Amino acid sequence: MSSKTVERLSPWLVTLACIVIWEIGVRLFDVPAVVLPTASSSFYAIWEFRVALWHNAVPTLIATLLGFGIAVVFGIVLGVFIGISKPVYAALYPLLVAFNSIPKVAVVPILMVWFGIGLTTATITAFILCFFPIVVNVAVALATIEPELRDVLRALGAHERDIVIKVGIPRSLPYLFASLKIAITLAFVGAVIAETVAGGDGIGHLMLVASSNFNMSLMIAGLIVIAAMAIGMYAIFAVLDSRLTGWATRGDIQYATAGG
Amino acid sequence: MAFIEIDEVDLIYRNSAGDEDDSGTLALQGASVTMERGDFIALVGPSGCGKSTLLKVVAGLIRANKGRVSVAGQVVDRPLKIVGMAFQNATLLPWRSTRENVLLPLEIVEPHRQQFRREKAKYEALADELLATVGLEGFGDRAPWQLSGGMQQRAQLCRALVHEPDLLLLDEPFGALDAFTREELWDVLQTLYMNRKCTVMLVTHDLREAVYLADKVFVMSARPGRMILERDIEMERPRTLEHMYRRETVELVQELRHHINIARSDDE
Repeated sequence: MSSKTVERLSPWLVTLACIVIWEIGVRLFDVPAVVLPTASSSFYAIWEFRVALWHNAVPTLIATLLGFGIAVVFGIVLGVFIGISKPVYAALYPLLVAFNSIPKVAVVPILMVWFGIGLTTATITAFILCFFPIVVNVAVALATIEPELRDVLRALGAHERDIVIKVGIPRSLPYLFASLKIAITLAFVGAVIAETVAGGDGIGHLMLVASSNFNMSLMIAGLIVIAAMAIGMYAIFAVLDSRLTGWATRGDIQYATAGG
Repeated sequence: MAFIEIDEVDLIYRNSAGDEDDSGTLALQGASVTMERGDFIALVGPSGCGKSTLLKVVAGLIRANKGRVSVAGQVVDRPLKIVGMAFQNATLLPWRSTRENVLLPLEIVEPHRQQFRREKAKYEALADELLATVGLEGFGDRAPWQLSGGMQQRAQLCRALVHEPDLLLLDEPFGALDAFTREELWDVLQTLYMNRKCTVMLVTHDLREAVYLADKVFVMSARPGRMILERDIEMERPRTLEHMYRRETVELVQELRHHINIARSDDE
């Protein structure tokens, strides 16, 4: 086997190894199923509860994607304004940082009062959890255009709008995609938190119910389904990123990263 | 009236905006330069003496606090519309091919901007022709990051010249290159200058570079910068590296170095 093949297979092999260790460990130490079920029974639970999981995965996915979609539009617009205007930056940035430092799970009960139980609350939670990295990355990309390049363009009679269109927006794409990969996984976190705290439909709620029934294998199955959805969405954006901004991996742009 | 007149210009950099008590940093004080259309001048001086600042003042990118700047008879009170600029950092856009980078000014400058889409093929041919004159024939489709540092600077010179500006402002364009590449590019720039007869202001740290390229060298004082010496370079063009080893050239470089050393020690 060439080293390339080993490199490509290694994540799958490690994942498989973890599952095997899990299976053997649980059997070897005779761990009770209410504490940790075996890997095989957890995967079997996905099949066993496929109808319930499907019915709850769909609302989770919808809330995640809606919240994420709103965050992308809102994040790009706000990021552009903050990135190109010093006064807007000065006015809004401290507010954003303050808002971002609030534990989002504490906001869910408030949203529940305002919007009730269900899709709206989950969507908004997903949105507030994931818009921050998008705003920050777009703003940073626009605010860090090389001053020399700005001078070159201004000396040609370029308007601020020309600079944003010709340089700012293409330059911000790798930053944007980096933030989208972070944001989509955060959006899942937001939707599941809301479902767990506020109830309604969704994987989060299903897991809460499973927890009250001590149905550990269903809880693990729920986790696996959430992880699979999040990895799938991440992969979509990773592929889009490398297709659209391949130049950046050879250029010298540094990403700013931001957590939620 | 001369093409460029810089008359007793003062420039203060404010350390923080809106602070009334802030006296700022005086970057230029009483700086004056006069040059005719088609002249090639070099500005040299101790680091931090305001050479780059003076270029920006001429381009209208920053406004002088005192004094008067005019280009082609017009007082400079806003960015001039068609100046070619090049810097030490090539700042080519990595998502564009080298050719598209060279074409960037034509997408901004009038009247090319209006007809850019319609005449794209013609402009692309123009860019390729220009790239060929600096030794980058066939590199138009390459991404800028596939080019070496020297090649990027050649492409940057093309970008600065593609719209046929009357005025070319160069801020240490070869400062980051190795000595051999730098000397090669002196010749590239000289050829471009001789073919186009535009007016050039070159800021440099390299006295040999200033002597090789310019018709006149201005030595600036330490900050706040003003002119302390104006020296004509009377060497026939095209100049070659061989000129640089002639005794009178070496003495000229020594003389300039001496003046800069004095300017630097005045600072301390």
